[in-house]
Amino acid sequence: MELIVSGICHDFGPLAVLRDISFRVGPGEIVALVGPSGCGKSTLLSIIGGLARPLSGTIGTVGPAPQDSFNPLTFVFQDFALLPWRSVADNVAFALEHLRLKATERQAIVADVLQRTGLSEFAHSYPKQLSGGMRQRVGIARALAVRPEILLMDEPFSALDAQTRDLLTEDFLRLMSGNRLSAVFVTHNLEEAARLADRVVVLSRRPARIREIMTLNVSRDAREPLYIAEHQRALWSLIRDEAVEAEREVIDV
Amino acid sequence: MSEQAGTLPAPAAIPFRGGGFAPLGSRHSAWIAFAAVLAVWQCVCSLGWISDLFLPSPLRIGYVLEQLIVTGEIWPHLYASAIRIGGGWAIGTIAGLAVGLAMGLFTIARAVGLPMVSALFPIPKIALLPLLILWLGIGETSKIATIALGVFFPTVIAVYSGVDSVPRNLIRMAQSFEVPTHAIIWKVILPGAMPSILAGFRISASTALLLVVSAEMIGAETGIGAFVLQAGNLMQTDQLLAGVLILSLFGLAIGRGISALERRYLRWR
Repeated sequence: MELIVSGICHDFGPLAVLRDISFRVGPGEIVALVGPSGCGKSTLLSIIGGLARPLSGTIGTVGPAPQDSFNPLTFVFQDFALLPWRSVADNVAFALEHLRLKATERQAIVADVLQRTGLSEFAHSYPKQLSGGMRQRVGIARALAVRPEILLMDEPFSALDAQTRDLLTEDFLRLMSGNRLSAVFVTHNLEEAARLADRVVVLSRRPARIREIMTLNVSRDAREPLYIAEHQRALWSLIRDEAVEAEREVIDV
Repeated sequence: MSEQAGTLPAPAAIPFRGGGFAPLGSRHSAWIAFAAVLAVWQCVCSLGWISDLFLPSPLRIGYVLEQLIVTGEIWPHLYASAIRIGGGWAIGTIAGLAVGLAMGLFTIARAVGLPMVSALFPIPKIALLPLLILWLGIGETSKIATIALGVFFPTVIAVYSGVDSVPRNLIRMAQSFEVPTHAIIWKVILPGAMPSILAGFRISASTALLLVVSAEMIGAETGIGAFVLQAGNLMQTDQLLAGVLILSLFGLAIGRGISALERRYLRWR
């Protein structure tokens, strides 16, 4: 299944936010959205996932969604968005409860994704008992439970400390490898974009337009630190001036 | 390897500046203080420093309470008060839950309801009892209506603010998984609002207790409020204080009940 974002424009009242954003996400591809702070990256992700209505433009998919996918476009949230009154297993099950599944089938799916994300022994823990990294694992497990085609991730690792972020990034790459799963993720972290993405959509400051779409040709598993650093620098040179302008804009406000 | 301070001059000690502002509870000291107050009270009465008419001793109050229970004299009063509180609280709570939820969820309900609730909330509901008696008669209905009104407003505000404070990202998360609206209300909004709802229950229960006593003092022959007022009129201070003790125990039981609900539903906090 391929995602097609076509001519998205969006305003917040009198404020122009997004202008003519178009790109594609192919099967198994990871696309990063980067740009200066406040340029509308998260808004764009919300529009892609149907949580916000664009002023104009369309989001569509080409090719049939696989029959076993319960929710082809699935979010992973920056702040995890876990229900604090539910255990880990029940948080994962939450995404499945409204589907017509037998209880045993649901339990089997939950057990499977908890095992894949290394959460089996925490199934009965509550979110407040878990570290930030483990909470985001729950968020990822919940997303995987609905067998998505495309993951929409809004700064999924930004609330985590640097070491946990590295660990989760490795896990994320492992989950994505050999999988038909695609992902669109918003990030401020250019190193993360250069390490994880197949293509990076670089947005300008508000009103955001696509400044460049950078393709990283080396496969995700085979990227050397030097390769990542070079692309990180290239991305930074693309957005540095815009970021400085955006920062001034924020201060002026 | 740690650094050696050998040749350096003696370091000036940095004074401790933290601590305090972290009071701890102690179950034992509370009981000891309570027992000490009772003991002093008993001594003052036994030594005859204060007349029994003004302040009966704790032992006397305990004896009177026992007699009220043994002779069965107190049960009709307790029953009457319980029915009024139960009825009024249930009606006020159900209505308050419905209106508060609507105000938390729907724009029109909020636009209409919020100014109205804000305007009517500060009215002391007991002041409306004469009007309610005029409308509904002197019987049970007017008392239950007074309690229901008194319970309704704090419940509406607690439910509304509880629903309003549920993080929007949890609702968006549920929507992103295409969870139906009724399931979002039932599984996300209501549990998320539960801390505020239960805090509202605590306030509304104490309001109900206050109002039942006031209403019974104004126009009733049975009920703990009527019993206390009658004892006061007859200068039976021991009976009066036994009635007050029953009210305290009643309030304590309600508080315990709500604490049990909090333990059951807010365990995750």
